[in-house]
Amino acid sequence: MLSVADVHLSFGGLKALQGVSFDAAAGEITGIIGPNGAGKTSLFNVISGFYKPNQGHILFEGKDVSGLKPDARAHKGMSRTFQNIALFRGMTVLDNIKLGCHTNLSANVWSSLLYFGSAQREELKARKEIEEEVIDFLEIDHIRKAPITALSYGLQKRVELARALAMRPKLLMLDEPVAGMNREETADMARFILDAQARFGTTILLVEHDMHLVMDICAKVVVLNFGKQIADGVPHEVAHNQNVIDAYLGQAG
Amino acid sequence: MIIGNRKTSYLEDEKILNNNYKKAFVFGMIALAIALPFFADDYTILMASLVGIMLIAVVGVNVVIGYTGLLSLGHAGFVAIGAYSVSIIHNLLGEWGVPDVLQPWLALPGAMGVAALIGILVGLPSLRVKGIYLAVATLSANFIIIFLIEIDTFSQWTGGRLGLTTPDPNFFGWVLDSQREVYALIAFCAFATILMVQNLFRTRVGRAFIAIREKDYSAEILGVSLLKYKLTSFAISAACCGLAGAMAAYFYAKVLPEQFELALSLQLVAALIVGGMGRTMGPVFGTIIIVLVPEILKISMGAMMGSSIEAAQLRAPIQEIVFGGLIIGFVLFEPLGISQIMDRFFRALNRWPFARG
Ligand SMILES: Nc1ncnc2c1ncn2[C@@H]1O[C@H](COP(=O)(O)OP(=O)(O)O)[C@@H](O)[C@H]1O
Ligand SMILES: [Mg+2]
Repeated sequence: MLSVADVHLSFGGLKALQGVSFDAAAGEITGIIGPNGAGKTSLFNVISGFYKPNQGHILFEGKDVSGLKPDARAHKGMSRTFQNIALFRGMTVLDNIKLGCHTNLSANVWSSLLYFGSAQREELKARKEIEEEVIDFLEIDHIRKAPITALSYGLQKRVELARALAMRPKLLMLDEPVAGMNREETADMARFILDAQARFGTTILLVEHDMHLVMDICAKVVVLNFGKQIADGVPHEVAHNQNVIDAYLGQAG
Repeated sequence: MIIGNRKTSYLEDEKILNNNYKKAFVFGMIALAIALPFFADDYTILMASLVGIMLIAVVGVNVVIGYTGLLSLGHAGFVAIGAYSVSIIHNLLGEWGVPDVLQPWLALPGAMGVAALIGILVGLPSLRVKGIYLAVATLSANFIIIFLIEIDTFSQWTGGRLGLTTPDPNFFGWVLDSQREVYALIAFCAFATILMVQNLFRTRVGRAFIAIREKDYSAEILGVSLLKYKLTSFAISAACCGLAGAMAAYFYAKVLPEQFELALSLQLVAALIVGGMGRTMGPVFGTIIIVLVPEILKISMGAMMGSSIEAAQLRAPIQEIVFGGLIIGFVLFEPLGISQIMDRFFRALNRWPFARG
């Protein structure tokens, strides 16, 4: 599904990624863990096309997408959330989610200017799908008309997931979806992630600090430390890997 | 208190005129615009036409600045392109013997098309720079456009500093040879422009513009191509300004380069700030204020100081001060402009004294 092949990335002298390679299997949740500054977010930025790697390739569904811009990768079915929530703060929840549908809609400038006709049909159909597939699913019907600024941190994270899911992505990348959440919110989010995987068959990449969550829901885990990939495999194997214990688990206590 | 909304279908929820105040206001405006030429005096028609022309342009400016968040100070250049293109196309078609009734149907879309193309060109810097740098780049484009119009090399088409005359357009055999008749065309175009631009924002195209304004990298990750949509935004915006220019050319039957200098660009932006950026009604409120303030000033100063030369000399600087004051005042105290004030007013009205749907 997604192959990261020998990716190197540096910012000036700082080597943020040094030879990261792994495959994410279709329909599974792959976790990416590592201490702060390990390069997890940078890896996401390479996969989604914001950073150009100095070396290495990203293959998506067998095709090299390394030369594509982020928006072209979105059209191929890649979607993501950000570590620091990147919702459109001036818009309502519903408008944010509608933007998530951008790649599934096809109105052009002319049909948009006229609206009545194909653009309107498409909008109403999209609205119905959003309501039934995303808003109901993520239990955010009570806030659909609320501005983002009025929402709690946990709800904002959920709306960002909703926006990413509205695209019906093949690959969903979540950058620390439960960071800063309380236990109840974390449990809710874990449920939504698992449900999304089960319901839409989405392949998921999950960057997370919460070890319990990663160990519980990931089929495979990749461990980064100072940009190097120090381990990968099924969660309980990784948890007993001495390098990992030294670098990350040990430090976390 | 509003305790709920009674909407029972998504169709109803997606309507623009979603409450009775909005409906009453819009239909009232349309009725007024239609009735005006039958009873208003020439002065009122002149004012209404000025509002209409400027409104079309400000709606266009709103697309780029208000909705897409790209600061452009060169929009008077697009108005100039529209005014000159429409005149040049008419003159050429006339030379080629194209019948009068066909001419506007070629000249108007032609003028808008040329303006849109120039708009895309001027919008190119927006792919690399933002904010003040883009403002300077577009402002320079304004100067270059006026320079090219005035330069001797092209004066056989543009008329140089002397300008051009524009023939009276013939619509379905009806020659619009008075300002009152052109007013009708302006009013129609103004309503059509507002409606169509408003429609944009009910679909993915307009949402993409707003997404770019709000958070460009987030827009990209959702599949919005910054290249495509920023340039589309400039094209639509410039086409509106081009239409405004064409209307001005028809209205005055004459175009002069000095009509389209930086002062006009600033006026367009001022109207947008006063009315409310990124709001449908922003351009309407803002344009009315910007066109009427000088008139009110003229009348009130005339009443206070008589029609002396000193009074006339004082008027220009005072007008600038009032404009400057309005802009600073709104930027500081009401950045979303009159639209925001109206919103608050209608919300209060809605809640007083009892709950209403
Ligand atoms: N745009 C950037 N410019 C310079 N350095 C960066 C940039 N982005 C990330 N880094 C650096 O790369 C390293 C990895 O960062 P990041 O990918 O954010 O780590 P993580 O998400 O694992 O906490 C850090 O040392 C960080 O300071
Ligand atoms: Mg990170």
